[in-house]
Amino acid sequence: MRNVDIIIIGGGPAGLAAAVSAYESGCRDILILEREEKLGGILKQCIHNGFGLKMFHEELTGPEYAKKYIDKVIAYGIPYECDTMVIGISDDKTVTAVNRVNGVQVFKAKAVVLAMGCRERPRGALAIPGYRCSGIYTAGTAQRLVNLEGIMPGKKVLILGSGDIGLIMARRMTFMGAQVLACVELMPYSSGLKRNIVQCLDDFGIPLLLNHTVVDIKGRERLEGAVVAEVDPETKKPIPGTEQCFDCDTLLLSVGLIPENELTKMAGVKLSESTKGAEVDESLETSADGIFSCGNVLHVHDLVDFVSKEAEKAGANAYRYVKGDMKKTGGGVEVKNGYGVSGTVPQFIHPESMDEPVNFMFRPKGVYKNAEICVEAGGQRIYSRKSRILSPGEMVNVQLSPEVFKQVPCIEDVTVKVEA
Amino acid sequence: MFDVIIIGGGVIGCTTARNLARYDLNVALLEKASDICEGQSKANTAIVHGGYDAKPHTLKAKYNVTGNGMFDKVCSELDVPLKWNTSLVAAFSESGIPKLEELKHQGEVNGVHGLSIIGRDEIIRREPNISRSVCAALLVTNGGIVCPYELTIANAENAAENGVRFYRNAPVTKVEKDGGQWRVQSGAGTFTSRAVINCAGLYSDVINNMVSENKFHIKPRRGEYYIIDKSYAGTFNASIFQLPTKMGKGILVTPTVDGTLLVGPTAEDIDDRDDTRTTSGGLAKALKFGSATWEHIPMRDVITTFAGIRAHCDRDDFVIGEAQDAPLFFNAGGVESPGLTSSPAIGEYLADSAAEKLGAKAKKNFNPIRKSIPKFREMTDRERAQAIASDQDYAKIVCRCETVTEAEIRASIRRPVGARTIDGIKRRTRTGMGRCQAGFCTPATIKILCEELGISPLEVTKFGGESKMLDRYLFDKGGGNHA
Amino acid sequence: MEKEITCIGCPMGCSITADIGKDGKINSLSGYSCGVGKKYAYGELTLPKRMVTSLVYVRGTNKPLPVKTSAPITKSKIPECLGAIRSVSVTAPVRVGDIIIKNVLGEDADIVATGEII
Repeated sequence: MRNVDIIIIGGGPAGLAAAVSAYESGCRDILILEREEKLGGILKQCIHNGFGLKMFHEELTGPEYAKKYIDKVIAYGIPYECDTMVIGISDDKTVTAVNRVNGVQVFKAKAVVLAMGCRERPRGALAIPGYRCSGIYTAGTAQRLVNLEGIMPGKKVLILGSGDIGLIMARRMTFMGAQVLACVELMPYSSGLKRNIVQCLDDFGIPLLLNHTVVDIKGRERLEGAVVAEVDPETKKPIPGTEQCFDCDTLLLSVGLIPENELTKMAGVKLSESTKGAEVDESLETSADGIFSCGNVLHVHDLVDFVSKEAEKAGANAYRYVKGDMKKTGGGVEVKNGYGVSGTVPQFIHPESMDEPVNFMFRPKGVYKNAEICVEAGGQRIYSRKSRILSPGEMVNVQLSPEVFKQVPCIEDVTVKVEA
Repeated sequence: MFDVIIIGGGVIGCTTARNLARYDLNVALLEKASDICEGQSKANTAIVHGGYDAKPHTLKAKYNVTGNGMFDKVCSELDVPLKWNTSLVAAFSESGIPKLEELKHQGEVNGVHGLSIIGRDEIIRREPNISRSVCAALLVTNGGIVCPYELTIANAENAAENGVRFYRNAPVTKVEKDGGQWRVQSGAGTFTSRAVINCAGLYSDVINNMVSENKFHIKPRRGEYYIIDKSYAGTFNASIFQLPTKMGKGILVTPTVDGTLLVGPTAEDIDDRDDTRTTSGGLAKALKFGSATWEHIPMRDVITTFAGIRAHCDRDDFVIGEAQDAPLFFNAGGVESPGLTSSPAIGEYLADSAAEKLGAKAKKNFNPIRKSIPKFREMTDRERAQAIASDQDYAKIVCRCETVTEAEIRASIRRPVGARTIDGIKRRTRTGMGRCQAGFCTPATIKILCEELGISPLEVTKFGGESKMLDRYLFDKGGGNHA
Repeated sequence: MEKEITCIGCPMGCSITADIGKDGKINSLSGYSCGVGKKYAYGELTLPKRMVTSLVYVRGTNKPLPVKTSAPITKSKIPECLGAIRSVSVTAPVRVGDIIIKNVLGEDADIVATGEII
């Protein structure tokens, strides 16, 4: 058993930022455990640009963005073990990991930062009928194959789901010589960023079929085609007679991301139904003492910049916890999702003891134009701002200073809502 | 020349192969697909049936009851997970109770012990998550669950260890009598043998009808299923059937030995015996009827869906044994449910019959024991440390969802009748069977398969044939001008 | 003539409406919420530009090197730019920021490495 002040599980954007921030707060006993061969997480394969506008005010590609943090980790001498899989974690912060060099290792940490990221929703979860042939990949798997392994999965591509990775892959496959037939989206709007719709689909004349879905998979061995039908926007049921078949050898799925919380559950941490991640308070501490969560394992973000910001907070607070510097008084006050809001993080705050600004993040439930984002505490409106457009694809951030809460006596709960 | 050629590498063919390996015989098994266990045996309900359902005095009844009694020994020799979790046939209205009585009586006639009818309270005590509209149920204490692919593969591995030759990608196109021997033409060449055993499952009629005038016909029947994430393990303890219908045992909800839950199957007669498509109608039906047992099936946690085709025979029963007009040609035809349960008994009977006819003696050095690939996920930390000390590849977890290590994947390829495809690895190790459905592990699995077999990633298939995983390298080596 | 474009300057994705005269001149712009939007709209309506990211062949391996244009290039030149990237190869080692093609297509942008090959 080895003692460590802070163990960070995951060396992707969240884990790296948490480690750097914990170090910069003064912690000198940090260990990052990363399951892949190299640090960087998903950014390694995100070779497109568009990262870093918020954090660094420049447009970076994924590997360049990751490098900013990896360089710091190396400069600070923060220890990390790659090719290392965490296989066990308990609520007393005992972490078990395996790798080729050290075999089974058991660590006892004073604080743990969970930064395992998320995974893609697979075909099975959608119960798309048809054959179980080859040629069906999640967009992220295809991205890895193309950008890291240098192998093209196919020639004629249909994309189901208009999540950002799907949009990015529409452009990447086009760039690399494949033909992308269409991007099919069940909802009446895309869950991807506007810039990706413009630059990855519109630029190449790839149609975005909203209110459509794949209803049949053709091809017994390799994929030969996908039947697409329009759906009723209300019921989401395919409308008979609207079927059209796309002859394709590859179907890429970009139909949602799911926080990877297997270890979180193992640690006995309470999960949120709404985000599928841990429930946390304003310090990003979970229901388990000294276990923090940040990045896409906490809730699926739209921009890596927000992941980094969140993770910095988790790393710094983990060190405050280690030092015994966390002062939380009073029971946590619940943060509720009001009208039009889903998955607000944090789920709890401590208004009395809060000493730094709290950042509420949530996703709008639908598309709202000229709506107002409001926060209410103890029945009083403590914040509001107008927004020309809100959409589920884009996360909303609301930063509030501790003083705002101190003006309201006896807060029983906080509600974040949209007034359309 | 072989003494015996077995046609078909499903659970019946592989079990027959293992039982033939007990004799001093030269045996070959021909499988049309790229791997054994690619047909019915991979896509079924994975249940060891009690034996109450088959009509008395049928071969189904006989082999079901005998086969059920052999599972403990077979699974212990072959190191295959088996759990006697009991079965319940649940009635959701009072009107079903007389039918339960009938089933109980039928089971008793078939020689099934330990059947009883239990009331609502007892059912709910046993199965707290069953729909509250349940009235009564037939409790089948000798009902169990088993992993059907591990059972098939274990039989094949043990058969191969004991000398049986396996030929995959060997679809049989012709079987004919040539003097005193059988001549079998296949995709892997022409073979001759003294005896042929037809275990061709969905194509058992085609093979039989090549040599026998006593023809039968397979009427393919498709069943569709949902698999629910293992986080729901424990939701149901027993395999819960509804009252059987003319088309089969109805839609059931059952745990699997791997912790997931199965909901299904539907029963739909189709024309094409390879039409393993799932359909929106079928899946909707499985959900609708499954919901009678499990009211709120968590659709968000469905990890995949699949369809299996049953080899339903127009004789409404198994066709087992030597064809009357074709000496030394043996059939295991029309084997559908309860075929998995019957497999130990059918395999033993066919092997013994053929051996007797051929005058074969028992092989002295037959080793009935097969050990499964040691599974990292089932080890204690101490065992894990030991496993890693002896093989570093145990420290590399390739499939996160099912915690499968590189060592297990390599072993699955190196073993007798080893994996040659992505699906082959999946069935032998559970790689890619978990909730991410191979999203993360596919590139790594392809790489390992290439290293072990010395092939290019472009040659890797999901399950043989044209099921190629990848299309081309981005850059042909040698291309490009130096910058 | 009115033309609507979606601003991509930030995740807001503002819808910007331009009133374009018969001479092709932009008479007025509305809907943008910041300077970035206004600038983007002028650019997108006169000379649209894009960053291009792609992959370069690394001799002796199948694993490619990720690259980008050091500045946005003319949108209509993307196919030509991809062709130029495809026609080169590199040999390890390559560092992040190494110039792979200087001044690609005379667009005042270099093709630079965004990953490293050791």
